[in-house]
Amino acid sequence: MMQSAQPSHVDIGGPRQPLLTITGLTKHFALKGGLRNRAGGSVRAVDGVDFEVLKGETLGVVGESGCGKSTTARLLMHLIEPTRGEVVFDGCTVGGRDLPLKEFRRQVQMVFQDSYASLNPRLTIEDSVAFGPQVHGLAHGPAVMRARDLLARVGLEPARFAERYPHELSGGQRQRVNIARALALQPRMVILDEAVSALDKSVEAQVINLLLDLKAEFGLTYLFISHDLNVVRHVSDRVMVMYLGQVAELGPSDALFDTPAHPYTQALLSSMPSMDPDHRTEKAALAGDPPNPINPPAGCRFHPRCAYAAPLCSQMEPARIANGSARSVSCLIHQPGSGHPLAQPKEVAT
Amino acid sequence: MSSLIASSTLNAPVPVQRSRGYWASVWQRFTHDPVAMGAAFVVLVLIAFALFGHSIAPADPYQSSMLKRLKPIGTPGFPLGADELGRDMLSRLIVGARLSLFIGITPVLCAFVLGTLIGLVAGYAGGIVNTLIMRVIDVFYAFPSVLLAIALSGTLGAGVVNSLISLTIVFIPQIARVAESVTTQVRNRDYVEAARASGANAFTIVRVHVLGNVLGPIFVYATSLIAVSMILASGLSFLGLGVKPPEPEWGLMLNTLRTAIYVQPWVAALPGAMIFITAISFNLLSDGLRSAMDNKG
Amino acid sequence: MLLYLLRRVLYALPIMFGVALVCFALIHIAPGDPLVSILPPDASADLQAQLRELYGFNRSLPEQFVMWAWRALHGDLGTSIASNRAVAGEVFTAVGNTLRLALVATVIGFVLGCLFGFVAGYFRGSWIDRMASLVSVLGVSVPHYWLGMVMVIVFSSQLMWLPATGAGPSGSDQWAWDWEHLQYLLLPAITMSVIPMGIVARTVRALVADILDQEFIVGLRAKGLTHLGVFRHTVKNAAPTALAVMGLQLGYLLGGSILIETVFSWPGTGFLLNSAIFQRDLPLLQGTILVLALFFVVLNLLVDVLQTLLDPRIARA
Repeated sequence: MMQSAQPSHVDIGGPRQPLLTITGLTKHFALKGGLRNRAGGSVRAVDGVDFEVLKGETLGVVGESGCGKSTTARLLMHLIEPTRGEVVFDGCTVGGRDLPLKEFRRQVQMVFQDSYASLNPRLTIEDSVAFGPQVHGLAHGPAVMRARDLLARVGLEPARFAERYPHELSGGQRQRVNIARALALQPRMVILDEAVSALDKSVEAQVINLLLDLKAEFGLTYLFISHDLNVVRHVSDRVMVMYLGQVAELGPSDALFDTPAHPYTQALLSSMPSMDPDHRTEKAALAGDPPNPINPPAGCRFHPRCAYAAPLCSQMEPARIANGSARSVSCLIHQPGSGHPLAQPKEVAT
Repeated sequence: MSSLIASSTLNAPVPVQRSRGYWASVWQRFTHDPVAMGAAFVVLVLIAFALFGHSIAPADPYQSSMLKRLKPIGTPGFPLGADELGRDMLSRLIVGARLSLFIGITPVLCAFVLGTLIGLVAGYAGGIVNTLIMRVIDVFYAFPSVLLAIALSGTLGAGVVNSLISLTIVFIPQIARVAESVTTQVRNRDYVEAARASGANAFTIVRVHVLGNVLGPIFVYATSLIAVSMILASGLSFLGLGVKPPEPEWGLMLNTLRTAIYVQPWVAALPGAMIFITAISFNLLSDGLRSAMDNKG
Repeated sequence: MLLYLLRRVLYALPIMFGVALVCFALIHIAPGDPLVSILPPDASADLQAQLRELYGFNRSLPEQFVMWAWRALHGDLGTSIASNRAVAGEVFTAVGNTLRLALVATVIGFVLGCLFGFVAGYFRGSWIDRMASLVSVLGVSVPHYWLGMVMVIVFSSQLMWLPATGAGPSGSDQWAWDWEHLQYLLLPAITMSVIPMGIVARTVRALVADILDQEFIVGLRAKGLTHLGVFRHTVKNAAPTALAVMGLQLGYLLGGSILIETVFSWPGTGFLLNSAIFQRDLPLLQGTILVLALFFVVLNLLVDVLQTLLDPRIARA
């Protein structure tokens, strides 16, 4: 018997308030005084990240490996303690009086990349899915009922699958279980951390369609992290591009992909293999050494690999500037009056 | 919705049988291993001796007789001979199983419980708690086990309880180390993170997700310690530190019969043979268990 | 790598401190007044008061520990109640005897263990493997004190080939590596070698099977490597771990020799421990355990260092 689930949480701030507001999120991992690094530096995995997630949208997050996407996701969920920064959920500070951590965890859930490692090999999949609701007070019987209901919704027939163990399922099926598990707590937001990256392409397509259906049915908000640009474009309303622990650019999906503003975004997009034999991807877009989060470059972090780098870029850190409606870029080119040869001069107020 | 139905049939695996749990498959593999089953049989016989020894034994193990001292194997009325006080060897060997098995297995059991607890806490907590706990464990681990057992027994004094305490202390560090190592591995797995993400507290996570995945390897390691413990416990009695006379216990019997090796060598060697057989059986049992648990489903 | 070695050495120091602490605590866990433990039973009241002052039993525990450790560092491990001689002297004489026994036993055990282990690993899966593995299981399961008794029965009592007890025709004062003395060493050493043999055999078998299963061996064979060549490769790869195990076994035998030394009346540290226990001679007990335990820690350290130097993978880390 299928019931359509109503979001069980009260929408506090109303539709105009962002669901999630992240301010100044920073995480430095301390390095032990290693053999090379006498000073004992730190890995600056996430360094001052600000963004918002609007209610009902899908925010895509892209970037190379090591840019801090997964760390950001874990910081959001407080699976790792942030060094600095604030997470505000629907107007309430997470961990504060109005929103204790356990309650926050009920409203935001996550689906991980490795579908096998995400499931306890000793539990049946219905027990795995029923675990979360039981933690929050639901009795065993109703929790299992809800688990079976969700398994049916994600396309796994409960009569056949509920009492199986993770090793008896395929990758795509396990990921469906993980999605069911995430939904078991009736969250408002789901973070998908490379959730489809490890799947075969055909299976990936099915799971993405499932995710879109579920989003519509349950009124969810998604944070979709991936390195696959095509998928992100297809799925997301807005996209955030991260580089070396910082936000390079953020904007509506189509606008960002059609007219990328940040040089890094341009390079990323042009490195996508082209489908058009007349316009082949010839040149490798990104030059220079891969980034090192322990000692990031001074000034703008992208400047060693940037095609438009000027001497100024190694000295001055770009600020985040609004670039048209709902878009922002962190690049000196788009910062009026920065002094970059390609930047516009600052408008003089008259 | 149609996409959902179509995808479920595309992904359907072929066999539609009831799934088998992990322990059921371990049991299956174990029962098909002839060596392990043979060892299990011997162990069961020994346990039967331990539990029902007094009923099975043909004669009174405490009944001494100065006339019947040190009779050889095959003497009428004394199928395995008589010891230095004229007591029937067969009866003493059978009844001796109780104490010998008891002082061998109990320390491992206690160390299993305590060591797992310590290892779980150290492994799950991590950080400074882990470092502190494991450093203390390392200090005890730095002693060779025989030496530590003797040191503790020697200072506490003879007696069954004291030797149980000493041996438990000897085995706790070994089990704690294994427990900590396995717990740390499991703690870093994604499903534990997912459990934390669902808001569960540490105790619930350990109970539901960590314990089940950790007890298996620790248990196998503990079973491999039983043979060592038996030999060590009987060794303590052999030195006069464990069981006190006139209780029948194989190590103690070896001690009291030592002077008889020139008179009735084979009778004197019998208790040690029992220890040997028991140790082999437990070792083979433990090896069989480990093989059965090694393949994952 | 030097940094790693330095860290390893530094790490051993708190362990040694902990070991000393445990040894110190031994006297205090013994039931009864610690003073009674270290005094001969007929001591006068004056003597009691003197020793109470000397050992500081009227001071706090940490102070006592410092005093005891200070004396130990200067070589004063107290006086044996039974013999009234300095503990340190007795221990060091005994250590020499045990070392002889343990070294020979370790070498025998190592050689035999490598033999069985290599054969088992090379012919893994076959009946040779099963036989060899059985031998190693037997080695680990046999109560060595019982085996000693059986050896004495067979070789001394029945066959009369070798002496049963003692360390030499004229006691343990003179030792020479000649047959007259060696014949006393043979039985206890062979008995003792059974344990390391079992463990080394198991380890070597696993190592050899592992190495031979690796793909680079197939690659080398395809390039025409002879059996001898494969053998050399295997040895080179297995050597560091095997040697490490041998070192550890030596340490274990040093510490755990008491049972065998009791059976053969071999005048080593084990024998000393035995008499210390029976005579409730706690200073002797404490001193012997301290020396043996510290020996073990240092040996482990040396084994670690050696393994680091030999194994290029660790060295480069």
